[in-house]
Amino acid sequence: MSETPAIELKGISKAFGPVQANKDISIRVMPGTIHGIIGENGAGKSTLMSILYGFYKADAGEIFISGKKTEIPDSQAAITAGIGMVFQHFKLVQNFTVLENVVLGAEDSGLLKPSLSRARGELKKLAEEYELNVDPDAVIDDIGVGMQQRVEILKALYRGADILILDEPTGVLTPAEADHLFRILEGLKREGKTIILITHKLREIMEVTDTVSVMRRGEMTATVKTEDTNPSELAELMVGRKVLLRVEKTPAQPKQAIVEVRNLNVTDEKGVHRVKDVSFDVRAGEILGIAGVAGNGQSELLEVLGGYEVATGSVKINGQEIDLTGAKSDGRSRRARGISHVPEDRQREGLIMDFHAWENIAFGYHHDPAYQSGILMNNATIRQVCQDKMERFDVRPPDPNLLAKSFSGGNQQKIVLAREIERDPDLLLVGQPTRGVDIGAIEFIHQEIVRLRDKGKAILLVSVELDEIMGLADRIAVMFDGRIMGERLPSETSEQELGLLMAGITDTDRTHDHSEVEAQLAERHGAAGKEA
Amino acid sequence: MDLNTVLLVLDSTVRLATPLLLACLAGLFSERAGILDIGLEGKMLAAAFFSAAVSAVTGQVLLGLGAGIAISVALSAVHGLASITFRGNQLISGVAINFLAQGLTVVIAQDWFAQGGRTPQLEGSGRWDSLTLPLAETLRDVPVLGPIYYELISGHSILVYIGFLFVPLTWWILFRTRFGLRLRAVGENPAAVDTAGVSVIGMRFAAVAIAGLLCGIAGSYLATALQAGFTKDMTAGRGYIALAALIFAKWRPWYALMSCLLFGFLQAVGIRFQNIDLGVFEVPVQFMDALPYILTVIILAGFVGKAIPPRAGGQPYVKER
Repeated sequence: MSETPAIELKGISKAFGPVQANKDISIRVMPGTIHGIIGENGAGKSTLMSILYGFYKADAGEIFISGKKTEIPDSQAAITAGIGMVFQHFKLVQNFTVLENVVLGAEDSGLLKPSLSRARGELKKLAEEYELNVDPDAVIDDIGVGMQQRVEILKALYRGADILILDEPTGVLTPAEADHLFRILEGLKREGKTIILITHKLREIMEVTDTVSVMRRGEMTATVKTEDTNPSELAELMVGRKVLLRVEKTPAQPKQAIVEVRNLNVTDEKGVHRVKDVSFDVRAGEILGIAGVAGNGQSELLEVLGGYEVATGSVKINGQEIDLTGAKSDGRSRRARGISHVPEDRQREGLIMDFHAWENIAFGYHHDPAYQSGILMNNATIRQVCQDKMERFDVRPPDPNLLAKSFSGGNQQKIVLAREIERDPDLLLVGQPTRGVDIGAIEFIHQEIVRLRDKGKAILLVSVELDEIMGLADRIAVMFDGRIMGERLPSETSEQELGLLMAGITDTDRTHDHSEVEAQLAERHGAAGKEA
Repeated sequence: MDLNTVLLVLDSTVRLATPLLLACLAGLFSERAGILDIGLEGKMLAAAFFSAAVSAVTGQVLLGLGAGIAISVALSAVHGLASITFRGNQLISGVAINFLAQGLTVVIAQDWFAQGGRTPQLEGSGRWDSLTLPLAETLRDVPVLGPIYYELISGHSILVYIGFLFVPLTWWILFRTRFGLRLRAVGENPAAVDTAGVSVIGMRFAAVAIAGLLCGIAGSYLATALQAGFTKDMTAGRGYIALAALIFAKWRPWYALMSCLLFGFLQAVGIRFQNIDLGVFEVPVQFMDALPYILTVIILAGFVGKAIPPRAGGQPYVKER
């Protein structure tokens, strides 16, 4: 190709103190292509994009936009250079309308009216061109995340972006919404826009990109044509060693029911009915996976079983009823009944980030006589226990005296898992076990969960990652709007079918085209709650 | 109760509501941009003193107003420096300004004028005159409407009219201009403003500067229009009441007008009816004086429905990633 690249980086380096986040990175992206950047957390993808969007200044290196050397000292310069960014966490003003959000910062004049009416026309045009339909007068608070993401894309296009950078865009989307997004991206590509897609999901890279660059520890390890590569090669390039992408496990040997949930209902403090008449069993020696888009009641379900949300209905553990309200419904009494809990949000519920690893290892179990010495805590013992667990769970670095926040996401998760799994619970509750966790650590975490299952324990897994549910669970229940929409066996279902269930469509025999699913989704988003 | 008594109470309501309203709108600009401003009180007090002092010395009330605004904006700049530039705690910075103003005004007043922490009584051109609106005298004898026009609408200092004009002006700025859109956005989600290529720090400084301006006018009004000179602690908690009114008003300009008028009315009633004899017992004067403060407590305890403050209020903006 003799064309000028739409964007070219030459020798970009950036260090934060002793950490080299980007090391001599060079990359060329041709106009009208979709270029993927893949890498583990902390590989330096986001730093690189932040440099491109003027958030950070590179220590060394040059940026060329359409062949012209360009300085990007701030976001305004990036916008002027035709770069638009869709952040992982949307930068929208929640109580503004779509129109106001699009116009913000790109107003034509001191008065709003002319800008707003011009934007209204512009949005209409963009909507027709790229399937970017959004009601311009809707308030952000009232629309779903898929819609919000479209607003972010519209913001970039309204500012005349030719280069669109998307950072982990599918993390919050249902499979149908993700498909819609990819169709939008294809449309943009046809119009000659250049798209950079940052993700850690191999499947997306394979599906939509033309070329892909792999980053590892701040370095660009490879740039290849997508059609010339395959997922396992990419994974190996990312991690630096061979990785198992599939969970290795034998068929489950389920025995008696450990937990029996009947007609569980949860209403939150705002009066919203979060969990509606949910009933299920989890048997010894099996993993029940709960699939669903975030905010459809899965979190509340885990919280009830974990003892920090009140509910009505009945839950039996090993045949004995447990309290769902009142003084005997708390984490401590749940643990006493053999329930361990790896919460969804490890940084807020699983760990105290400013405390040491050894303190965190004791939390929840600090009443254990083994941790006591008279009226004092036996800190030396706890440190030793922590050291042992860290070694068994391959926590790096295995130093009990480090603060929880100084570990990477994967290692933080391993600390929580070590604390909970090592207690040998009858029932393990696991929420989003691999959110923000590197591929290498994912493999390990999945193996530990399967190992616990094979010891004859019951496991309730909640995850928004369909791949994870499909790979790990022995049985899958899909939640939508607080209800269980149906149960499937992984071997007898498909991502498409689960995706429809996640969107609240049970009648999966009917053929659906995408727009219909989308319409239903949009309609129900209000009811499904808005977590993000 | 005859029409005249009612008109007198309402007339005094307007006078007493004006400083509250100006301070309330000051707080509105600041908090809509995400900067809590508990220092309204201190800024008003400092402005009251400096405007009275300069008016007393020069005999020029306009110079006094300028001095009041200048000191108030300067204190705003301190607040901005502490809480925007250096990302300090906005409450503590505001409290510090209040203490500073409370102490310094009296000390400086004593040093300059040696009248026990007061400024000399302002007279003539050192004080704002009441404006008599056109035709007020002529229409005075028209039944009902005449007295209303003469007593209630006409006959206030120009600062009162300015204060009330700021209500539609504030509304227009907030909801009809680019500046207002950005200002509101910066108080809700500064990251959105930042990534849109607009300076968060610039917007927030602009907001606290406007707050300074309005507090300056409010303070000057107290010392050079409502009263004739500065006395120790003459703001008497009006800055805090303005904050309560702001919450009551749900950070909206027109609601702010209503809630400030309500507070002003309670103050006016407290002054006009020192003792109310209910037959069974007599309501003590202290209770009447305490009415606005009691309402403040009730409002702040959240008895008037849910008020959702700007989401980024109180948080210094730190660039992420």
